[in-house]
Amino acid sequence: MSNIQHNNEVLVKVEGLSKKFCKDLKTSLWYGVKDLLSGIRGSQEESQLRAKEFWAVKDINFELRRGECLGLIGHNGAGKSTLLKILNGLINPDAGKVTIRGRVGALIELGAGFNPILTGRENIYNNGAVLGFSRKEIDSKLEAIIAFAELDEFIDMPVQHYSSGMKVRLGFAVAAQMEPDVLIIDEVLAVGDVGFRMKCLTRIGELLKTTAVIFVSHTMPQVARIANKIILLKHGESIENSVNVSSGIEKYYNEFQNTDKIIGGNGLIKLKEFNIYKDNRALNNNEKFVSLEFNKSYVLRLKLNVSHETRDYFVNFSFIDKDAKQVANFYSVISNNIFNEKGIVDITAKIDNLILGQGTYTIGVAINEIKTNGARGDIYYYDSNIKSINVVGVPTGHSPIQFYGDWDLNKI
Amino acid sequence: MALETRVYQKERTIKFGALLKASLGDMLRSRFLARQLAERDIKAQYRQSYLGIIWAFVMPIGTALVWIFLNNSGTVRLSDTGVPYPVYAFSGTLIWSIMVAAINSPMQNTNAAKGILTKINFPKEALLLSGVYKLLFDSFIKLLLLVFFVFAFGVGFHWSLLLVPFAILAAVLFGTTVGLFLTPLGLLYKDIGKIITFGMQFLMYATPVVYAIPDAGLMRTVMMYNPITPIILTTRDLVVGFSPEFLSYFIVVIAACVPLLFLGLVMYRIAIPIIVERLSA
Repeated sequence: MSNIQHNNEVLVKVEGLSKKFCKDLKTSLWYGVKDLLSGIRGSQEESQLRAKEFWAVKDINFELRRGECLGLIGHNGAGKSTLLKILNGLINPDAGKVTIRGRVGALIELGAGFNPILTGRENIYNNGAVLGFSRKEIDSKLEAIIAFAELDEFIDMPVQHYSSGMKVRLGFAVAAQMEPDVLIIDEVLAVGDVGFRMKCLTRIGELLKTTAVIFVSHTMPQVARIANKIILLKHGESIENSVNVSSGIEKYYNEFQNTDKIIGGNGLIKLKEFNIYKDNRALNNNEKFVSLEFNKSYVLRLKLNVSHETRDYFVNFSFIDKDAKQVANFYSVISNNIFNEKGIVDITAKIDNLILGQGTYTIGVAINEIKTNGARGDIYYYDSNIKSINVVGVPTGHSPIQFYGDWDLNKI
Repeated sequence: MALETRVYQKERTIKFGALLKASLGDMLRSRFLARQLAERDIKAQYRQSYLGIIWAFVMPIGTALVWIFLNNSGTVRLSDTGVPYPVYAFSGTLIWSIMVAAINSPMQNTNAAKGILTKINFPKEALLLSGVYKLLFDSFIKLLLLVFFVFAFGVGFHWSLLLVPFAILAAVLFGTTVGLFLTPLGLLYKDIGKIITFGMQFLMYATPVVYAIPDAGLMRTVMMYNPITPIILTTRDLVVGFSPEFLSYFIVVIAACVPLLFLGLVMYRIAIPIIVERLSA
């Protein structure tokens, strides 16, 4: 078989896959008994929903070839883990069919089979055996595993004395030895320190080239980086199933309605109105998100009621991404704007070019007293979520800042 | 190299032969995993304990001592068993404890692996096999103790003693088969485990464990039909060197266990995904 052919073969084929779950434990157990009986008899019954049941996964279809990576995204409880369990052969579907060719490796649980009393070395064998390695394979990979985990010193210590990071490292080091054709990853990489996380991503990057990967994650930048197909699940159904990864991610973000907010301050300044303007026109205020175009100019406008007891104050807008990370500031002091007007005031702040990457952000605002020595004083007004924006019109989304500028090439 | 193809879908028809073949194949392939799991559990059990292996004897010795005391003090009058009563009682409780452990083993081992069952796909038969390994390890130690008693109480050596390991193997086979049938339901409902613990206490008195089969009465009928009776009696007869009087019933029971064990294995294979689904919320 030639290599080219090899690369084109479909390794995972999912057709009309559905799975139902039950909301109530006692009922669920009773259905379990019934399923056992019908399972043993070999039932011909069609899959209908019984009382208290719902479709956890409904009618999912996709194909995956070697070298492709499917990003599987959706809210908590959207059915991602259930789908993974079916793909991993842990539970059977109620309808539809999964065909998988080749060795399946799952990075769902690290360190399965560990016993806390036993040493790291012994547990490498336990974990390796559970993952399907033979004794000979583990013998030959032992040194590589210990080196990858960076645990030479502690390898003969009971695992119960390991820190949680060390346990994860050991677990990943064993799992990293797998050479699967199909790899299932369920966001286990969100643990460990930065250095080790980089190492894991590098290893996964290596595997990506030769495997078909199904990647479940809540970290969109990571999905954007490694996936070239995307399925967005909502209540078990796929509401996006395409090769357009950024569109899937955008829809995922739009699913969220972030209304959580903290409003604070000592009350000396009151917010009357906030709007975003483009070309002197206020953008629609009723939608969940205000859509802003990448690299365009916008004006943020605050109408405030400033008490006469206030002194000098500044305004700071902060842009917070979906991972609750502050990615940008728009800070009046940087451009030497310190205010002291009282009464009803109207503050406009113009951003020349919005170079935020694709995705949704919440804007927070803080209005603070500033002392003559530059130190921050009382908080007059604070709102952690004054507006949600959705930045569009930039093709790639896995970095929060996208510079825009002139490029030049001179042939020498 | 051709890639192995797996298909997951709702099974409409049950092919007993194919399932059994797959089950036995997985059992064979998972020998290393099973051994590793058994080793892990045995090591972990003894590493965190000073008395270690002694705990394996405490229950049967305790039960036997109670009956030896009851008998010697004249509290209960037991019919003569033909061998020193301590040997009779010890051998009975020891084999009984092996049997009880065997019945509990499939369920206990599957339950203990719940955490990985819901996350990782591995041959589940390895759990059963590791249970058998652990049973054989425990039984071997118990057997040594039994041999010690045989000599200590002057029963002496008989060639039939060499056959005792096979009888114990039969006890493990019987227990595992029974346990296997209870496992699917037992994993769903905790009640099953409680019923086993509770029921086995009563069943012990309907089996010639600490006293011989009475000459007449209801209990005699129950004991004569009880399929555990031939296993206990035959093993004991081999230990003390009597010719086993329940040999034919023993052979029938063991012969019946083999197809039942296969049926149990197939049921287990069908049941696991259904149970995993209910365990993992």
